[in-house]
Amino acid sequence: MTRRRVGQSRPPTLALLLAGLAVAFFALPFVGILWRMPWSRVGSVLGDQAVREALRVSLETSVLAAVVSLALGVPLAWVLAQFDFPGRSIVRALSTLSMVLPPVVGGVALFFSFGRRGLFGQYLDRWFGIRLPFTTAGVVVAQVFVAMPFLVLTVEAALRQVDPRFGDAARTLGGSRWTVFRRVTLPAVRPALIAGLVLSWARALGEFGATITFAGNLPGRTQTMPLATYLALESDPESALVLSLALIAVSFAVLLGLRDRWLGAPSGRTSVAAP
Amino acid sequence: MSAARPRRVFGLLGLALGLVVGMSACSTKRVTIDTDPDAPITVFAASSLTGAFGVIGTAYTAAYPDAKVEFSVGASSELVAQINQGAPADVFASADGESMGRLEPGTNGAPENFATNRLQIIVAPGNPKGIIGLADLARADVVFVSAAPQVPIGRYTQQVLAAAGVIAAPKSLEANVKGIVNKVVLGEADAGIVYVTDVLAAGSKALGVDIPGPVNVVATYPIAVPAASKHPDAAARFVAFVRSPAGQAILARFGFGRP
Repeated sequence: MTRRRVGQSRPPTLALLLAGLAVAFFALPFVGILWRMPWSRVGSVLGDQAVREALRVSLETSVLAAVVSLALGVPLAWVLAQFDFPGRSIVRALSTLSMVLPPVVGGVALFFSFGRRGLFGQYLDRWFGIRLPFTTAGVVVAQVFVAMPFLVLTVEAALRQVDPRFGDAARTLGGSRWTVFRRVTLPAVRPALIAGLVLSWARALGEFGATITFAGNLPGRTQTMPLATYLALESDPESALVLSLALIAVSFAVLLGLRDRWLGAPSGRTSVAAP
Repeated sequence: MSAARPRRVFGLLGLALGLVVGMSACSTKRVTIDTDPDAPITVFAASSLTGAFGVIGTAYTAAYPDAKVEFSVGASSELVAQINQGAPADVFASADGESMGRLEPGTNGAPENFATNRLQIIVAPGNPKGIIGLADLARADVVFVSAAPQVPIGRYTQQVLAAAGVIAAPKSLEANVKGIVNKVVLGEADAGIVYVTDVLAAGSKALGVDIPGPVNVVATYPIAVPAASKHPDAAARFVAFVRSPAGQAILARFGFGRP
């Protein structure tokens, strides 16, 4: 087999065909939604108080969930990538387990741990009077549970690619561990960091199963857009389409905007972009 | 290896092409009606019927050994939405007449009522919060959950509370009645209003507190064969079985009343 030239101008026909099929597979459902969209009702549905509340709850909780995932996930990814300790593979598996857990089961598992009678939640309730189920904080907990693995995986993979000699060099020049992490390591993995952040945010925004199980469904408090959409589908399918459109528009805009500006995907060939 | 390559390419190409052709063939296939009474049918049933219909299904296949029945359970409102979007339902058993009425394009013959259900307050075993009536649902120390107004049980709960003059703020509006039961059984909620049959089905994990007759709602369950069913004869035989003395006896065992 001959080696392919790097930077070939035109992809092979077969790859093009299959890629086209994949694109069509992703695009058709959205075309389907747009096709059935009751355009004349878009304004009135989106102007509805309940819908605006759901959108607000969704945006607030998903952003918060992404921030929490960042604050906890980056240190976790760093420890997993840089240090060899007994049981590391177990810790790694554990911290990505919620990706494969059916979200509804995840929600029930959260009850058993953070619920009012849960392993840990009963003390939260008894000592601090904090109850997570049926609260906005509960929504964030459910979202972080399913979203953080996306950040951990992405950032850990990138951290493993960073040449350790950069850090060593910086340290010989007198940089403290924190300075090296902040000034050398983090900038080197910035694209992965942002990608992970966006992925976990998007996952949190679309979260349904764990949320409705653990946090319940109360308009203005725990009813996020996916929950509102699901319930609208039963009584008024047209307004459910409009709700989906809002969610798609927000996500698509963010994904599109971030991709080119921050990730440097189209032009950059190196896996680590220069800061 | 390089000799085998073109063939593999064509194989993949054929596969992709086959997929596309196959998909378009599916969409243009004519709707065929199967009049075999033993044809496999799918029964869409309100989630409060889960237990009773499971047993009815077993009894039905015992009576008609060649028949095949599958069940899809969910909130009646959710099931209507699915059927109207083309889900292959041969029988629809709804927890309310309104959901049945939203079926498009209607049913084979008028829907027939086959069961009734009353409401009860569901609480944890031993009733730790001492809930004795609807007024307790408004207490600040009671976590009360209900269902969204789209779901029949959510609407019935509103009716009951309004009739009793109780203003209770639910902590959550669940997507179906099982959601309410689960929240109480798991101990996250103290009380909810559900069907008598749900309390019975929860066994030792929950307790029912009666709602006085005058304010209680009697839910009437209609059953019908959606007009879009492809196995109308088999579906009609199942409906007849549900309404037969054998079917009614099973429903009674699960706490349902006669229509």
